[in-house]
Amino acid sequence: MNGLKKNSEKGAMPNAIEIENFNAWYGSFQALKNINIGMEKQQVTSFIGPSGCGKSTLLRWINRINETVPTARTEGAIRVNDSNVLDRTVDPVALRRRVGMVFQKPNPFPKSIYENVAFGVRLHMKVSRAEVDEIVEWSLRKASIWDEVKDRLKSSALSLSGGQQQRLCIARALALAPEVLLMDEPCSALDPIATTKIEDLIHTLRERYTVVIVTHNMQQATRVSDYTAYMYLGELIEFGETEQLFTAPKDQRTEDYITGKFG
Amino acid sequence: MKNGIPSTSKTWFPVSVRLRSRLTQKVSEAGILSGMGLITILSVLLTLIIIIVLGYEASLFFQQDGVSVREFLTGVEWNPLLGSEKHFGIWPLVCGTLLVAFIALLIAVPAGLLTAVFLSEYANPRVRAIIKPALEVLAGIPTVVYGFLALTVFTPGFKMISENVGSYNALSAGVAVGILILPIITSLSEDALRAVPNNLREGALGLGATPAETSFKVILPAALSGIISSILLAAARAIGETMVVALAAGNTPKLTLNVGEEIQTMTGFMVQMALGDVSNYGVEYLSMYAVAFMLFIITLGFTLMGALIRKRFREEYQ
Amino acid sequence: MSKKKSHMPEILSDPEKHAAATRPEKQRNRNNRIFRGFCVGAAFSSVGMLVLLILTLLGLGVGELTKTFLSNPPDPDPAQAGFFPAIMGSIWLLVLVPLLALPAGVATAIMLEEFTPRKPVLKRIHSLLQLNITNLAGVPSVVYGIIGLTIFVSMFGFAGKSGESMVEWGIRSFDQFYSETDQVLLVPVDGPHAPEAVLTEGLEALTTSGEKVRIHVIGEDAPWPEDEELSLRTLRDYDTPGRVHDRSWYYFRVPFGRGILTGALTLMLVILPVIIIATQEALRAVPYSLREAGWGLGLSRWQTVWRVVFPSALPTVMTGTILAISRAIGEAAPLLMIAGIVFITNPPGNIMDDFTAMPLQIYNWAQRPQQEFHDLAASGIVVLLTILLCFNAIAIIIRNRSNKALS
Repeated sequence: MNGLKKNSEKGAMPNAIEIENFNAWYGSFQALKNINIGMEKQQVTSFIGPSGCGKSTLLRWINRINETVPTARTEGAIRVNDSNVLDRTVDPVALRRRVGMVFQKPNPFPKSIYENVAFGVRLHMKVSRAEVDEIVEWSLRKASIWDEVKDRLKSSALSLSGGQQQRLCIARALALAPEVLLMDEPCSALDPIATTKIEDLIHTLRERYTVVIVTHNMQQATRVSDYTAYMYLGELIEFGETEQLFTAPKDQRTEDYITGKFG
Repeated sequence: MKNGIPSTSKTWFPVSVRLRSRLTQKVSEAGILSGMGLITILSVLLTLIIIIVLGYEASLFFQQDGVSVREFLTGVEWNPLLGSEKHFGIWPLVCGTLLVAFIALLIAVPAGLLTAVFLSEYANPRVRAIIKPALEVLAGIPTVVYGFLALTVFTPGFKMISENVGSYNALSAGVAVGILILPIITSLSEDALRAVPNNLREGALGLGATPAETSFKVILPAALSGIISSILLAAARAIGETMVVALAAGNTPKLTLNVGEEIQTMTGFMVQMALGDVSNYGVEYLSMYAVAFMLFIITLGFTLMGALIRKRFREEYQ
Repeated sequence: MSKKKSHMPEILSDPEKHAAATRPEKQRNRNNRIFRGFCVGAAFSSVGMLVLLILTLLGLGVGELTKTFLSNPPDPDPAQAGFFPAIMGSIWLLVLVPLLALPAGVATAIMLEEFTPRKPVLKRIHSLLQLNITNLAGVPSVVYGIIGLTIFVSMFGFAGKSGESMVEWGIRSFDQFYSETDQVLLVPVDGPHAPEAVLTEGLEALTTSGEKVRIHVIGEDAPWPEDEELSLRTLRDYDTPGRVHDRSWYYFRVPFGRGILTGALTLMLVILPVIIIATQEALRAVPYSLREAGWGLGLSRWQTVWRVVFPSALPTVMTGTILAISRAIGEAAPLLMIAGIVFITNPPGNIMDDFTAMPLQIYNWAQRPQQEFHDLAASGIVVLLTILLCFNAIAIIIRNRSNKALS
């Protein structure tokens, strides 16, 4: 599995995402406190930590999906390829095309498999039928689900299994050719076999995409990610190469967490 | 006693209690439950009574001289009171009813749906807190008030715009009924929109859809059956609405699509009969039951369809 | 896997082609704003409409809202006409309708919601019952009016025509005689339809002041007695009586006629399904864990429902009930079917009395052609709406309080 990692050397790439002095609130509750972190291009960065530590909130601010929560507000900057996404002039519609997202629970639209993938493509681009076909096939192949669904593209996406639905949602995001792919606990609702498939998929995705994944499963973080960040009570405690963080954590709190003393 | 645990079962409970008799309790509960069961059956009885009363009296009507089921269902002339020859063809009344209901839906469906979309997709809690109670109050205004407004405000207004509007007309009544059913469509549709899981909303927004695109392409299609059911229920209400048409639509049964003309609806005819000095056992009086039966069947159809679609929609999202 | 397909489609990989095909976000955002504008417009126009309606009605109706209006009975002269009997009629309904509808509605809702059966056959019946309630809620109120007209007013006509009563309680009937000195003497008779009293010497009778006297009968040509006391109780043997009735407050008869009881029963039919549905929804909102807690304490199903579930659903039940009752108070169509337009000058004295109610009186005035009566109708509407808005406000306050208590 680790053989796949060699195509890009760690530290060789510039940062795709830079988060600077970032604070976030829900009403008067401060969910994130002064976060500073940089995520490298074409690498997988995972965020771990106990529930309520703010890792999902951070992820959901990178494509500003969190602004749909009425009481949510922020301070600081999140730069995706050098533009601050929190800037008022940045259009969330354009941003979310560049920064795709996969959610905790598979959420295919109640449409056909084909229409699910074509949905975003048609929204963002004027494309011919043939081009849509091409993009749909490519995305489904890329999400390694093509072979399972190629004979029933017209049937409802809700007829798929949970793991297939999640891979469909990944394909749906890939069809927009995003620069960054955000994944919010993408395997938490899935069984172990489906989880393995998604993890393999994440490995292949880093050939082209910057992937940020939130997980509460430490084994998953060690399996899929190049870098890992540990968060606790809204603070970023430690960030480093995955192997280093799990074998020789610098912070006592990180060590307590990964050795299972709490969380 | 060791570690505070009592040694014998007799003394461990701090006060001596006398348990209530299980038997008395069981008997009295059985009594209460069977009484309540009987009351529940009352609701079924009520439906049966409606069907039997209307059916029986309507059958008396069809036994009268010069009346036939065929004429009733296919005839296009309705004049039970005037003239030497009475005609009992229900279509003019059905036409008047549908005309008013159609105008009402034409106003209430777009306005109600847009309001529902606003409330579920755009409005922040503070704005919701203004609009929701306003709609509730609007829904609580008695229909006779809408009838009064149709007659004394809408009709003079329309008369100023066009000369072809009569003192009694379908248009004013339709508009008033439209305002009356608007809160029904809004609140039922909003329920349907809010029942669509939020993760579908996030899924679409996460792909870069605008809120409008999310509403049109994901939320509305997903809530479609709930919305259709809300429209059907509102249509049933519009068809059965009485006071507005009794005041503002007039008493002339007519097969017309001209909204400025005086017409009569099924409900309007029933009111006219109940108020008029017709003999309780005359053919005109009995025709009221036949019309009521027809009205009952039509609204039952709409409500039944609406309820079944709604039930299926609820099951989809649970 | 063909090699070609594993490559990214050109339209995605080629930046120029990709840019050319991209729909401009500006336009999409503008469309969004336009749609949003429509939604906002529609939503606020409903609020605007409400404000406009209320202002119009106030403008039309406040002018006539005088003490005369509130305390006088209706009158053919608009300047003298008032709303009093209608207000009293509505108050009677306000007491009677919940008394009739609430127990039945709540019992049915508890049965349907808390005692759902598990056997497939019973389950089927249960869902049919549920569908039946939904349908009853959709039946137009005018149809309930016609049902009330048939079963309460005349009892299917089996019990005699609508004017006559078959059974009566709480009524005393008298034969009323006028003496030559205009003294009124009331001779009690067995019932409203008893044969005419035969004048005999010493027959017991009542004077208008309620004093018991014995009638003294004299012949056609006999001289009128001089004695004052005797003169007061003297009648001639050919005097013929008129039948009068004295109805006590508990007067009751079958069939019910067009009285206020019929009105209340009919309105009960109208709001029964509404109360059932509102109560069911309130019960459904009570968390399941509360029921489990009740069972865990060894309470029976019924005890759990009655002591645990229902009390915590009560505020919501009350909100729903208040809204249902205000619907009943504003309902005109069924009352119109059973009571018609009647000229009522006195508020009802017993549950069988003829009555009018606020919406009915408003209809009565609104359907007349004269502007003066329209103004009276508007004043009536202002009174009715004020009462209903108070109801609404109470309901909203109860709901908000219970929401706060729960959160």
